Amino acid sequence: MSMKWENKGFKTPLARARGLGASRSVVDNWVKLRVTAVANVLVIAWFLWFLKNNIGASHAEFTADLADPRNAIMMILFIITVFYHASLGCREIIEDYFHSEWMKIAKLVGAYMFFFTMGVASIFSVLKIAFTVGV
Amino acid sequence: MAKFTLPQNSKIKKGKHIDAAKGAKNAKTFKVYRWDPDDGGNPRMDSYRINLDECGPMVLDAVIYIKDKIDATLTFRRSCREGICGSCAMNIDGTNTLACTKAIDDIKGDAKITPLPHMPVVKDLVPDLNHVYAQYTSIEPWLKADSPAPNRERLQSADDANLLNGEDGHGPAGCILCFCCSTSCPSYWWNGDRFLGPAILLQAYRWIADSRDEATGERLDALEDPFKLYRCHTIMNCTNTCPKGLNPAKAIAEIKKLMVARR
Repeated sequence: MSMKWENKGFKTPLARARGLGASRSVVDNWVKLRVTAVANVLVIAWFLWFLKNNIGASHAEFTADLADPRNAIMMILFIITVFYHASLGCREIIEDYFHSEWMKIAKLVGAYMFFFTMGVASIFSVLKIAFTVGV
Repeated sequence: MAKFTLPQNSKIKKGKHIDAAKGAKNAKTFKVYRWDPDDGGNPRMDSYRINLDECGPMVLDAVIYIKDKIDATLTFRRSCREGICGSCAMNIDGTNTLACTKAIDDIKGDAKITPLPHMPVVKDLVPDLNHVYAQYTSIEPWLKADSPAPNRERLQSADDANLLNGEDGHGPAGCILCFCCSTSCPSYWWNGDRFLGPAILLQAYRWIADSRDEATGERLDALEDPFKLYRCHTIMNCTNTCPKGLNPAKAIAEIKKLMVARR
């Protein structure tokens, strides 16, 4: 069966234009995308500052600096906002360019799983460094 | 995936050249998109060199001159010839605009004229507007009120009227539905089957912003959708190209603000 908005069969133009109606589930994501964009400005500024401080540092010096609770907390916030923003942004891109419904769903699920997994792995890495280095 | 190239049967080929301005001192070449659904061929760009001293100052004058004097098969829409009806919207010199308000003198070199982009073509410069008209119908562009109708006009303050007309006369009510904006919008190109596009969203806002309308919540409900409204990524081609100087991008932003305000 073709989707209601597709130009197949004998649908009237108005039937296509109305499609399946409005999903009523988008404003939250739109707000979150913007809030995380603002948050990203702050955490990326911190991230660049952190990297600048560690230019030329050895692995031991770098992990010791990252193990500082202030830096570890900022790094975890950085990971959460950047990956969350990326997953929401990817959703926009997938919705823009993938017009096959099953392909769109597969890509959306894949993108969410990728960013969630990367985020969890990144946070685990920071926590491991924070709780093991210098202890 | 979105298609980034034209299908084989839509690729534009070189067409005929007719020089109708031999010996003219003030001549210009117009390259015009031609496609005839009856001959089964690919579209082509025909070029016509015309004597500008024999035709009016606007691109529409030149197109009418070509149809009257050179090639009667050239097909296009036109009506008011003064920027009010929106019929002669086409892509001229790379920008969607109205042929009747675009001066020939503003075009450097040859003038290239194609139909509004990314719409099905009926013939030559005539795009199929069935879908976009149906989208316009879908937003129910009429005043809705449950209160008993008054015995006189429905009153509105000057400030409320300005929301529709704009203090500078460039408010959403100034839209003539030429669809230059929607057909310049990449989001509408990729997702025009579901995204309403700037022209329709500008009209939706025109009714949402109307102080006399009592169905604002219902109208916002109908737009709260990732495709109908939120395919707009603030690219701003719509505002850039509007031949009436309106700002559909701002209207869309206002709708998005109202979506947040009512939460």
